[in-house]
Amino acid sequence: MFENLDLTKLIFGRLTWDAIPFHDPIILGTFAVVALGGIALLAALTRYKLWGYLWNEWFTTIDHKKIGIMYIILGLVMLLRGFADAIMMRLHQAMAFGDSTGYLPPHHYDQIFTAHGVIMIFFVAMPLVTGIMNYLIPLQIGTRDVAFPFLNNFSFWMTTGGAALMMVSLFIGEFAKTGWLAYPPLSGILQSPGVGVDYYIWALQIAGVGTLLSGVNLLVTIVKMRAPGMSLMKMPVFTWTSLCTNILIVAAFPVLTAVLGMLTMDRYLDTAFFTNDLGGNAMMYVNLIWIWGHPEVYILILPVFGIFSEIVATYSRKPLFGYTSMVYATVVITVLSYLVWLHHFFTMGSGASVNSFFGITTMIISIPTGAKIFNWLFTMFRGRIKFDVPMLWTLGFMVTFVIGGMTGVLLAVPPVDFVLHNSLFLIAHFHNVIIGGVLFGLFAGITYWFPKATGYKLDEFWGKLSFWFWLIGFYFAFMPLYVLGLMGVTRRVSHFEDQSLQIWFQIAAFGAVLIAVGIAAFAIQLIVSFRRREALVDETGDPWDGRTLEWSTSSPPPPYNFAFTPRVHDLDAWWQMKQHGFQRPESGFIPIHMPKGTWAGIVLSGISVVIGFALIWHMWLVAGVSFVALIGTAIYHTFNYDRDYYIPAEEVERIEAERTRVLANV
Amino acid sequence: MSENTMTADVNSTQDGQLEFLVKGDHHPQNGTLLGFWIYLMSDCLIFAALFATYGVLGRSYAGGPTGMELFDLSLIAINTSLLLVSSITYGFAMLHMQANKVKGTMFWLAVTGLLGLGFLSLELYEFHHLISVGAGPQTSGFWTAFFALVGTHGLHVFFGIVWLVTLLFQLKKHGLIPENKRRVFCLSMFWHFLDVVWVGVFTYVYLMGVLP
Amino acid sequence: MQLFKYLRGASLTLLVTALLSGCDAVVMSPSGDVAVQQRDLLVWATVLMLLVIVPVIVLTLWFAWHYRESNTEANYKPDWTHSTVLELVIWSVPLMIIIALGAMTWVSTHKLDPYRPLDRIDAQTPVPVGLEPLTVEVVALDWKWLFIYPEQGIATVNELAAPVNHPIRFKITASTMMNSFFIPAMAGQIYAMAGMETKLHGVINEPGVYKGFSANYSGAGYSQMKFDFHGLSEEDFASWVAKVKASDGNLSRDKYLQLEEPSIDDPVSYYGQVDPTLYYGIFNRCVEPGQTCMEDMMYHGGMDKHAGHHGDAKAEHADHQDHAGHQSHGGHHE
Repeated sequence: MFENLDLTKLIFGRLTWDAIPFHDPIILGTFAVVALGGIALLAALTRYKLWGYLWNEWFTTIDHKKIGIMYIILGLVMLLRGFADAIMMRLHQAMAFGDSTGYLPPHHYDQIFTAHGVIMIFFVAMPLVTGIMNYLIPLQIGTRDVAFPFLNNFSFWMTTGGAALMMVSLFIGEFAKTGWLAYPPLSGILQSPGVGVDYYIWALQIAGVGTLLSGVNLLVTIVKMRAPGMSLMKMPVFTWTSLCTNILIVAAFPVLTAVLGMLTMDRYLDTAFFTNDLGGNAMMYVNLIWIWGHPEVYILILPVFGIFSEIVATYSRKPLFGYTSMVYATVVITVLSYLVWLHHFFTMGSGASVNSFFGITTMIISIPTGAKIFNWLFTMFRGRIKFDVPMLWTLGFMVTFVIGGMTGVLLAVPPVDFVLHNSLFLIAHFHNVIIGGVLFGLFAGITYWFPKATGYKLDEFWGKLSFWFWLIGFYFAFMPLYVLGLMGVTRRVSHFEDQSLQIWFQIAAFGAVLIAVGIAAFAIQLIVSFRRREALVDETGDPWDGRTLEWSTSSPPPPYNFAFTPRVHDLDAWWQMKQHGFQRPESGFIPIHMPKGTWAGIVLSGISVVIGFALIWHMWLVAGVSFVALIGTAIYHTFNYDRDYYIPAEEVERIEAERTRVLANV
Repeated sequence: MSENTMTADVNSTQDGQLEFLVKGDHHPQNGTLLGFWIYLMSDCLIFAALFATYGVLGRSYAGGPTGMELFDLSLIAINTSLLLVSSITYGFAMLHMQANKVKGTMFWLAVTGLLGLGFLSLELYEFHHLISVGAGPQTSGFWTAFFALVGTHGLHVFFGIVWLVTLLFQLKKHGLIPENKRRVFCLSMFWHFLDVVWVGVFTYVYLMGVLP
Repeated sequence: MQLFKYLRGASLTLLVTALLSGCDAVVMSPSGDVAVQQRDLLVWATVLMLLVIVPVIVLTLWFAWHYRESNTEANYKPDWTHSTVLELVIWSVPLMIIIALGAMTWVSTHKLDPYRPLDRIDAQTPVPVGLEPLTVEVVALDWKWLFIYPEQGIATVNELAAPVNHPIRFKITASTMMNSFFIPAMAGQIYAMAGMETKLHGVINEPGVYKGFSANYSGAGYSQMKFDFHGLSEEDFASWVAKVKASDGNLSRDKYLQLEEPSIDDPVSYYGQVDPTLYYGIFNRCVEPGQTCMEDMMYHGGMDKHAGHHGDAKAEHADHQDHAGHQSHGGHHE
């Protein structure tokens, strides 16, 4: 009897039926929708016998293009969840005045703003950025895959595993109520004894492994695998910014791993890293997490700067103005991003000299950033600008981003930060740069490269609609927050007394609704474009008259990307090839060496998620067994030496002949 | 890598037209060693964070015992020599690998593993001793930081040994094929890296720890 | 392209509305000299930034319009990618602005350092010779504010009062969570952290009731963690002190331990008496009987070594102008 009880505890830990939020209608409703949708999806997959296709062609693939697309799908799906959180917050804050307490109880509201931040940064922006880098880098540098194709698959599944764990927290237990960076002592075991912070920790740790390995992978890819002749200063700007981003990933994410590891030990082993007593020091957590956190901001924005650079040049029908200074600006930003972390907590009392040092380094970053803006500006100057949807996003970005840049520099002045820190002004600022910068850039990039990935363009009308609703919605949603910040209103507040503030929150909520329309328009755009794919088809592989190597292959590219490795002589390699009347070879093909798909990535990630879940719920037996299984599986995988194959020359010849036929008809 | 990169130098055909394709079979360079080295650098940053933490909490004894009172330098000296010697024996394994002698490689790898195991045992003994005299990871910020730093290093050594044993089986099965050579090389970097980190730990934690 | 104009119009309108509503915006029209200087800095920095932001926005829209594909009149130079003069300009103009702003930052950050005692009451008035600042010890509890007036020997919860035109010195700590002590009308915020002490100097120039609150999310009761700050004339302040002193509350250590328990939306309460060592105990985490104060177990863990350090540390503590949360433990005093 007694033994039985213990065993239950070892297997189920602290997981009981109470962990399922039956009493919460919002969550229960969401769960019903998700469950029904999930069942419908599974049924459809079974009905149309798609499981084998998905497993063989997608889940186990090591093709960087398919992995890139899966990353982007993950990011877009998580965007829906993150945005649902956002609009719930906006509606709540628009209502919760005076006697009305709004419709969200504080413990639910606190989870929502935490989840919103975590999801948007880790599971929307990161997968989208990584996905675009994954898809494009090998194509832009003229190679056939990334340096470590298996690792690439594994990284993707670890990121997805983290996202899955995050989603589980919605229905089993709770998520952290600490804010997205989970500062101790609030996130310590004494103040947050529940499972919320543990979900936070393990979701981020699992996804973090994926991010770090993908950073190593892409870094080596760019360093080692560029086409012959492509020296560093002949790399496309997007590849340059990706290179810097991946350096930042490799140099920043270990710090996150370490600091979350310490928080884990504080919570699980009662150690004293960040505790109030026994000599712990919570300020150390704040420092360490921002040593990761600030480079993280540049990890997101740099590739997007690269995307804009490609787009501005293409649609202005001119090479990028000031390529060299663009590259140096990127490198300067990369280095400086490590010297500014303290500006996130001037108010901790570090002293005037320390504060002004970090304030001034922060301002210095605006110099290379400003140079970039001017470079884009002068790329348009004396150009022939086509206002396709990617260019609209770019113009929207340039106007919006400089406003966010300005408010960012304001916040970098320590005495000004003392009155604006933690206020809605700050919230408006970073949404201004993350939406107006990162998100606009990602939409621009997705629209720009969509025909490359799928073989057909996105529908213009719905794309423009989406752009305008996003842009105008953004201004309505966040300009009021600047005003509220100046009225002394701080973030994360779930109830207000002062009725005069309400109108601003209502305007912001209206803006969020406009953004919702923008998101819906984007989703409709995907569906409409799919249905009209015959009319929108791109057979040339180069629908925008592009400049870089990805446009030299077919859309979508063959599994091997390039039948022959390109040889690069100058910047804008494909443009130069077109200028010189390049002719595709139609014979002389040779077998191509390619990596094989593998089950290991998805299986290892699945076991990791089980371990994470078991640790969250203190299911020690399950955690131990799965950990041994994880190590065993990883070792078993290393005994597989049969990891590559050759695409026969005849197969290459067949694919290329088909392309010749299509091109002849264009 | 050899002949294909040679052809890469040809930039134009005889009639002066630019050549835009590599006509032969083109293989980019293998990036495993670079990739592994970058991974090690990222691992190094985890240790950097732990060292920094130790630096911050290095005197937060919270009324508990200090390192000066409890560190047993002679034990650590033995431990350090075990790990340093294991780096040398790994060097012998590499020499045998370069001479394509699979037996010798395996022998020296096994010796390295045993030395590593010795190191781990002594470390566990030290931990056990410290905890038994009232200096556990929960005692104070100082001991938390100590166990985190030294323990993380120990954990790395443990997984290094797991890897090493796996590699022994793979060498037995497939011999010194290029993949296995690459793996032996990667593990070598890992092992020496742990040695370097240990030198830091030894100096910063133990030697400086017993200074007044 | 009409939409672009519409957009520019919309953002301008928003900006103007924001300025018009400036009378509500406490950050833009504060009542304390420190916050006034911070506001001025914000305005000047904005103006400096606008020197480059406005041209960039105008040029973006103008270039986009002028060089549109359908405008075949416009000059098209498909190979123009470099201009040394232009590149010099685009790097040096932001550089100049940042040099100006950087100098402003360095000077103002030192001048407005919250740890620095005030030297003026407002733009025209220096602090009169011999006027000692009022000391208030602030403790962020879960989730309410405790204010201890050591010179007056009183304490209040969720209500703060101070005489106008009289410098105030806040010493700030917390019981558990990290909070941020913020009275926007008076001066910028500073974190309140357990086991550490931060400082803030400020002054309020006009009588009135101002909002104060925690600006750093600290858990369940955070949204209700606010208080009224009363700026009073010297006479009104004296009678306020007398009123508090007359109340029968006595904030002993035991009473504090009850008060420290987490609670949300607490009413204002007064304590006519307060244990004079209470604040030291909170800050050093030794309010409960039998706890060793953090300062006493500082750098020598060996129990036998700390004798004699207690007094030194306390003396040093009194006028310590140290930063970074003046942590009381961990060998910070060396």
